[in-house]
Amino acid sequence: MLRGRGRFVGDLTRAGLLHAAFARSPFAAATVAAISTSAAVRTPGVAAAFTAADLGHPYLLATLERDEFVPTAMPLLAGDQARFAGEPVAVVIAEDAYLAEDAAELVEVDWQRLPAITDAAAARDGAARQVHEGLTGNCLVDLLMFDDERLGEIFASAPLVVGGVFTSGRVAALPLEGRACLAEWDDRDGQLVMHVSTQVPHQVRSAVAQALRLPERAVRVIAPDVGGGFGLKCVVGREEVTVAAAALRLRRPVRWIEDRQENLTASFHGHEQRYHVRAAFDSRGRLLALDADIECDVGAYSAYPFTCAVEPLMAATELPGVYKVPAYRARGRAVATNKAPTAPYRGVSRPQLVLVMERLMEKAARALHTDPLRLRRLNMIGPGEFPYTGVNGITYDEGSYRESLDLAERGVADGGWHAEVDALRGAGLRAGIGYACFSERTGYGTPTMSQRRMLMTPGYDTAHVRVDPTGEVVVTTGTCGHGQGHETTFAQIIADRLGVHPDQVRLRQGDTDLAAYGWGTFASRSIVIGGGAAARAADLVAGQLRQVAGCLLEAGAADVELSGGAARIRGDSRTAIPIGELARVVYFQTHRLPVPLRYGLEAQASFDPPGTFSNACHAALVVIDPETCAIRLHRYLVVEDCGVVINPRIVDGQVRGGVTQGVAAALLERVRYDDEGQPVSATLMDYLPPTAAEVCPVDVVHLETPSRFSHTGAKGMGEGGTIGAPAAVLNAINDALSGAAAEFDHIPVLPEDVSAALAGRARAGEGAA
Amino acid sequence: MKDMHRIRLRVNGHEHELAVEARRTLADMLRHDLGYTGTHLGCEHGICGACTVLVDGCPARACLMFGVQADGAEVSTVEGLSTGEELSDLQQAFSDHHALQCGFCTPGFLMLAEAYLAERGAAGSGPPTEAEVRELIASNLCRCTGYQGIVEAVLATARSRRTTGSP
Repeated sequence: MLRGRGRFVGDLTRAGLLHAAFARSPFAAATVAAISTSAAVRTPGVAAAFTAADLGHPYLLATLERDEFVPTAMPLLAGDQARFAGEPVAVVIAEDAYLAEDAAELVEVDWQRLPAITDAAAARDGAARQVHEGLTGNCLVDLLMFDDERLGEIFASAPLVVGGVFTSGRVAALPLEGRACLAEWDDRDGQLVMHVSTQVPHQVRSAVAQALRLPERAVRVIAPDVGGGFGLKCVVGREEVTVAAAALRLRRPVRWIEDRQENLTASFHGHEQRYHVRAAFDSRGRLLALDADIECDVGAYSAYPFTCAVEPLMAATELPGVYKVPAYRARGRAVATNKAPTAPYRGVSRPQLVLVMERLMEKAARALHTDPLRLRRLNMIGPGEFPYTGVNGITYDEGSYRESLDLAERGVADGGWHAEVDALRGAGLRAGIGYACFSERTGYGTPTMSQRRMLMTPGYDTAHVRVDPTGEVVVTTGTCGHGQGHETTFAQIIADRLGVHPDQVRLRQGDTDLAAYGWGTFASRSIVIGGGAAARAADLVAGQLRQVAGCLLEAGAADVELSGGAARIRGDSRTAIPIGELARVVYFQTHRLPVPLRYGLEAQASFDPPGTFSNACHAALVVIDPETCAIRLHRYLVVEDCGVVINPRIVDGQVRGGVTQGVAAALLERVRYDDEGQPVSATLMDYLPPTAAEVCPVDVVHLETPSRFSHTGAKGMGEGGTIGAPAAVLNAINDALSGAAAEFDHIPVLPEDVSAALAGRARAGEGAA
Repeated sequence: MKDMHRIRLRVNGHEHELAVEARRTLADMLRHDLGYTGTHLGCEHGICGACTVLVDGCPARACLMFGVQADGAEVSTVEGLSTGEELSDLQQAFSDHHALQCGFCTPGFLMLAEAYLAERGAAGSGPPTEAEVRELIASNLCRCTGYQGIVEAVLATARSRRTTGSP
């Protein structure tokens, strides 16, 4: 990577490589009265062009096995109707990428425009056109959960009810490498080989096999270096499958590299959500009940394989979070609109639900004239209460909820934040401090995933560990890291168990022909589930090594220890046999061993845990310039607990990167559409990810509460930074603006919001769509 | 009919002569015609900086230049920062400070920082402040790290070059 020797999909070369470009709908909603690719195909250098009809109308279908869910297919190429601006209608394959783009513009479509449904409220209107046939109110899923019948009575008699409408803007995951794939037919193996920039190689394989009616063995998906994912690449895009179809037909290698405009307008977005929530408290500030109506604008299609229900289900299930809620009701809806579809973006609904709960705490504390941190402590699942089973049926395993808040509060005080706020205010600026307390379920396998009733239920993973004849170790996993440092952490996990140096362990991942069926890397699952499977496999191999050593040393396997690259009888260094020597015997003189120990040193194991809760407390200090209304992040502190830390540097990196994305969602990033459904944030001049100038150093403090549900004691931590930051930043903004006629319950908060607020023209809670 | 032009340039000290289409970007030419795939394309409209290379010693967005504009130029890419298996001090600092995760943006940051450090070194300037380094690297986008490791890596390299007097 540092030498420029990475191998991303765009770096691969093939003899006779063809390039794909997509013709896309210029309209948010339109029927295709007629389509012709003949002008495109006549262009010199163009090899072929395909429409939906040319390919036989293949599609991807993601389904929940629930009555409340309406399945809708996502065609690889739109057939008779385009449902968002940017939806592909044809693919052009040419000798060079420039030519392919030119020729894609020559695809002629007779578009008949339809009125565009551009927001969820309009979509639910009884008179609205339905984005898909068979929908009512454009609702793709509508779930009422935990419908506590006491709720009406509790709210009627509660001393305090607070609530509001809380919204989060649509965002783009924006990996620096967009989506990309190269598909080629391997005649000798009878296999379609695809290099794809993906987090989930096996799910890409399943999608291609299902859409193109191939057996899964006839598809091999390899994820080479992947330039970030953040959830965008944990779903399968129609473009990748279309390119596979083209390569299959042409029997030539075909590559597609998504450009940034496509990535911002035609891939998948995330988290355009609206929460209408009220909370009842007693006079001391104890939560009595929570009532939530959650609506997710999921765009035009349900993404494969998880469906569009991921966001509303996560939100409705996990809203109570770290707080004890005696009575609860949640309605969760996914509403279809004529906008790009959504995928599970880093954090999936938890940035929003944490924001909701942390705003409610602040509102209730203000109404009760009490300290908001005291109110949090009063309602928080406390030490001694774990495992705690909530009203939502979730069992929260041991965490450090209270301790992380205590430490964050102390860190803020000891770090001089309060004095700094006073100084900034003294200098004419507005400054404020905000907190966010939360936990997040990580590393959850099919015991939990199956509750969502997905037709394709993810969760388990399988790893294989092999010691080769030189004593070096190869671990093969179905997880698929793309910047999380799995090469390092998996090697540490294995090395610990086999008594070798981590440098002697190599990770193989991201290849469906190498690994057992696995679910890739998303939802903070890899270290818990993939690492757990790898640890189990390594434990089995360690057992084999002990037995072989015991046999050669004429000792019991239980008396053999593995460390420092050798096996020895415990405490007797004179008996040490290098692991390489054991391996040599197993492979090259296997006849010396009893039959059960012969022929190899390898094992495969799976892991499928119910999940484990990481937790954290974030604190943010923001500064607002009343002249320019610019909001600047000034200090940031994370006290986090992800159980046993395998590698602190990697954890810090994940936390800091995650916080930066969460801050971005709170202050900068918003995908915008105009009233006709035209995307107006199609470049990085209109969509604003943070640079180094918009963020500040993030201090990270670690707590370690080992998980009982993970083989290594570790909990997942890929998303926590993103989950906590919006709430902490929003609370800090509201603290900074206290005294002004403003209170924000939406993200992103932009300078124009502040300007309006300071001018006394505060909007009522809800952010602009 | 393609509008082809014959050009000569040096890349990392190696002489190249090739025919290139007028509209081909410098980035595509480096990557696909000359094989320097370490230069990455993140946006192709000059914002993200992943494609940053040095043209005659100055950082340039290779996606915003045409290949023909590099006729006669000395171009440096990430592949030229070190030779063999040794990392340069800057590359090593990126590794030491966890300044990369997925690595896609890394070549652009390395080239940007290399030019900056060389310029400061030539001018005999003192080590930069954190704010100066943040302002510098705000030219480029990274989506993984939150930038902290990148800032630390550049600062550490600046300090060590000042101490050792290396370039």
